[in-house]
Amino acid sequence: MKIADDQASGLSALDRPNSYIGRSVPRPNLARLTQGRGQYVSDVVLPRMTHAAFVRSPHAHARIKNIETAEAKKAPGVVAVVTGAELTEIITPWVGVLTHLKGIKSAPQHAIAVDRACWQGEAVCAVVARTRAEAEDACALVHVHYEPLAAVTDAETALDKTTPVIHPELGDNLTFERALTAGDPDKGFAEADAIVETTFLFGRHTGVTNEPRAIVADWNPGEARLTVYQGTQAPHMMQNLFAKHLGLEEHQVRVLTKDVGGSFGIKVHTYADEMATVALAKLLKRPVKFVADRFESFVTDIHARDHRVKAKIGVKRDGTITAFEIDDLTGIGPYSVYPRTSGIEANQVVNLVGGPYTCPNYRARARVVFQNKNVMCQYRAVGHPIATAVTEGLVDLAAAKIGMDPAELRRRNLIADDAYPAAGASGIKFEKLSHHASLDKILAMMNYEKLRAEQAQLRERGVHRGIGLASFIEVTNPSAAFYGVGGARISSQDGATLRLDATGTVFVHSGVTEQGQGAESVMAQCVASSFGVPIERVRVVTGDTDNVPYGGGTWASRAAGIGGEAAWQAGKALRANVLAAAASILQADPNALDIRAGIVVDADSGRERMPLDEVARVVYFRPDTLPPGFQAEFMVTRHYVPRAWPFAFTNGVQASYLEIDTTTGAVKLLKHWCVEDCGTVINPQLVNEQIRGGIVQGIGGALYEHCLYDESGQLLNGNLMDYLVPMAGEMPDIDIGHVVTPTADSELGAKGAGEAGTAGAPACIMNAINDALRPLGAAPLVEMPFTPERVLSALGRV
Amino acid sequence: MSARHLDISIRVNGEDISARVEARKTLVDFLRDDLSLTGTHIGCEHGVCGACTVRLDGEVVRGCLVLAVQCDGAQVETIEGLSDSGAIADLQLAFQQRNALQCGYCTPGMLIGADALLACGGVPSREIIREHLSGNYCRCTGYQAIVDAIESVAQARAGAKA
Repeated sequence: MKIADDQASGLSALDRPNSYIGRSVPRPNLARLTQGRGQYVSDVVLPRMTHAAFVRSPHAHARIKNIETAEAKKAPGVVAVVTGAELTEIITPWVGVLTHLKGIKSAPQHAIAVDRACWQGEAVCAVVARTRAEAEDACALVHVHYEPLAAVTDAETALDKTTPVIHPELGDNLTFERALTAGDPDKGFAEADAIVETTFLFGRHTGVTNEPRAIVADWNPGEARLTVYQGTQAPHMMQNLFAKHLGLEEHQVRVLTKDVGGSFGIKVHTYADEMATVALAKLLKRPVKFVADRFESFVTDIHARDHRVKAKIGVKRDGTITAFEIDDLTGIGPYSVYPRTSGIEANQVVNLVGGPYTCPNYRARARVVFQNKNVMCQYRAVGHPIATAVTEGLVDLAAAKIGMDPAELRRRNLIADDAYPAAGASGIKFEKLSHHASLDKILAMMNYEKLRAEQAQLRERGVHRGIGLASFIEVTNPSAAFYGVGGARISSQDGATLRLDATGTVFVHSGVTEQGQGAESVMAQCVASSFGVPIERVRVVTGDTDNVPYGGGTWASRAAGIGGEAAWQAGKALRANVLAAAASILQADPNALDIRAGIVVDADSGRERMPLDEVARVVYFRPDTLPPGFQAEFMVTRHYVPRAWPFAFTNGVQASYLEIDTTTGAVKLLKHWCVEDCGTVINPQLVNEQIRGGIVQGIGGALYEHCLYDESGQLLNGNLMDYLVPMAGEMPDIDIGHVVTPTADSELGAKGAGEAGTAGAPACIMNAINDALRPLGAAPLVEMPFTPERVLSALGRV
Repeated sequence: MSARHLDISIRVNGEDISARVEARKTLVDFLRDDLSLTGTHIGCEHGVCGACTVRLDGEVVRGCLVLAVQCDGAQVETIEGLSDSGAIADLQLAFQQRNALQCGYCTPGMLIGADALLACGGVPSREIIREHLSGNYCRCTGYQAIVDAIESVAQARAGAKA
């Protein structure tokens, strides 16, 4: 690890006397959140505020012949009824494409549908009223005359010549296609002693944030400014988009993000109804609030993971993997989502399949197609759960075919821990990973041999348990390679501004956002450590485009690794400035001083020289006593962006132990393990809780969650009664271990940890289920979610 | 008084309140919109997620499945009242120490639900705790930290009594 040893005491930068790095410091937000004192956007109330509700298309695809609004306009409390056509006067449409996804195409999307609705749930008219209830009442009085059109719902036939083209001007229903060949896959398969081929199916599911999407927009014509309270992960990105599509300068838009009731990638996109809400505020010159209800969330929050992957692996008798091949097909709804596009998930699948292994022979094709269902886009662990399930599913099937223990097959193919830097077959670059150390660790944690013996013993008694493993890699700390190079104004760099107040407390203004993962705690830990104060003397401000450095926000597991490094560097810079002032007061050499626990000390002996509040008092109130020409600077800003690597890949491995009731088909999760390597662990408790929460989200996709559509494009289970999410009763306890391989790109060496759990969980649940069912002669289960019905079907019992 | 509205008297967190409410208004909307008690949250409005959990005459209820007019003459306790009184201070502290919340949106409901289990006394097994929490949805934590926190409070309370 690269440590900038700037300490006269000889201590490393991370091992400073009052370091909080590596400590489970409680989050400063928790007390108020446990007291119900959160400030979610749902809670925001402004003077003259109105409420928006939307009339939504009941058809998956329909021409809007006309909209009668007269009756609704007369309803009690109604302020305005606005159609899509009327709103085009206020806000321009957008197209979700990026230049580095070669050939990706999409059609202009409007804030409210104009002429045509392209999925069930698309807004076709807005009602603004004094209360939400009155707005909903009046929605029922808006009469929309539709001419239903043929709905394209099956991704498999979306490209057929006989299938209608959703956007005729695009020529076909193909959004994006990518093909890749690495090494010599044909030779690889020819050299294989066994080839396994199957088709993995992944159920479309969604984020189900506990607080639905929420926005309050306030246009103040008096100062020509738009203030938007929004539960978002990326305030600066939204500032840019609101300004761009409303015809404003960015400085005319302020985005405020208070507490956010869960995000997971759901709240990092442009939503038509939210864009409509800001446009309505501009039109009406008063605040408009929109909070999606749960039914709206199911038909408008982005969906994800609807992939069909034909996949093939070649393996030699000695376990050497000789080739991987995939053909991914995914239907993403009628529009590529703006501004990150809906091509990224398939692109990631191509990038990541085979990633943990040395096999150089790889052929991949991914096709992304339009369909008349709700839009799909990036959701926690984007592409990883699919790529990992395909890769690890193939590895387990290959192990079974050649009769090798699946742990052993992995050991023979995982990239060696001393082989880095290395590249994956798709060309992705790894700085340093620890697959073997992680595998060894998890096998020890779960007592693999003993567990296998127990499994065999119980099987004799008719108890069918399964053990599943899944190695994985995760993209974190993205550089501009993710979005910036494709032309999106999404910042990959992030900044931290520090200000020492007159009592020796440090204010940290950070461009990353708090979504509950603990970003504010991590920023405080970094600053307290590198500046040298007790963490109680650090106050963190996030989520305000007027008051934080320009930054990307929170997504792609970037907040700690990128925002944390900026905060760390800013702390060092402020320390140097404060020591310069202290040295001039004390007539000492600044290099001989340090700040520890909020006190200026002699760096060598630790002898206390001056408390920080005294330094601040002199600088702020008696600068006349300082030497002529000396100007203290107690406010500093530092930025950071990864430069050496496009992404900081992390790695890890998960394991599941479960039992199958062969009578009911129910899967009971007994235990789950994860060993993860996210580099320097800044706060072990927060990392572990990110992993646990992520694993349970992955389990949801593996066992329960599925947005079920019928052939006409109607969502059949868009409510929490029918759409199953993981609840406490079904979830297992999860043991977590760490291997620590810091990135040398930053001084902290921290990589991201937010998505590892979700990346690996579905794969190891699938492998455990098949491990349990294999001796019963069941066909391998490769279609998620693994419902009791599918389990029984695999057993031939239904 | 129109047929759409009714007058109610209700005691919320120990305060007597008289209000004229729409007959169709749910208790959670009344608490949030009329009384500004925003600690009670709305997650699904159909009784599944538990974000709107409050106490009604001592019983744990879903604020979205009860109409405000049904609460005429009743006593309601919300997270604000339970926090101010200190009644669940140990549970709140355990949640903080164990990081048993991330976004915090489910937390008020989760705390009120958990408190009902703890009120039964003893140290429930982790399975019982998990089963009891099955009406409260948390998307962030994966539940283990919540189970840990509740278990630790049950143990501490049992130890204090012993």
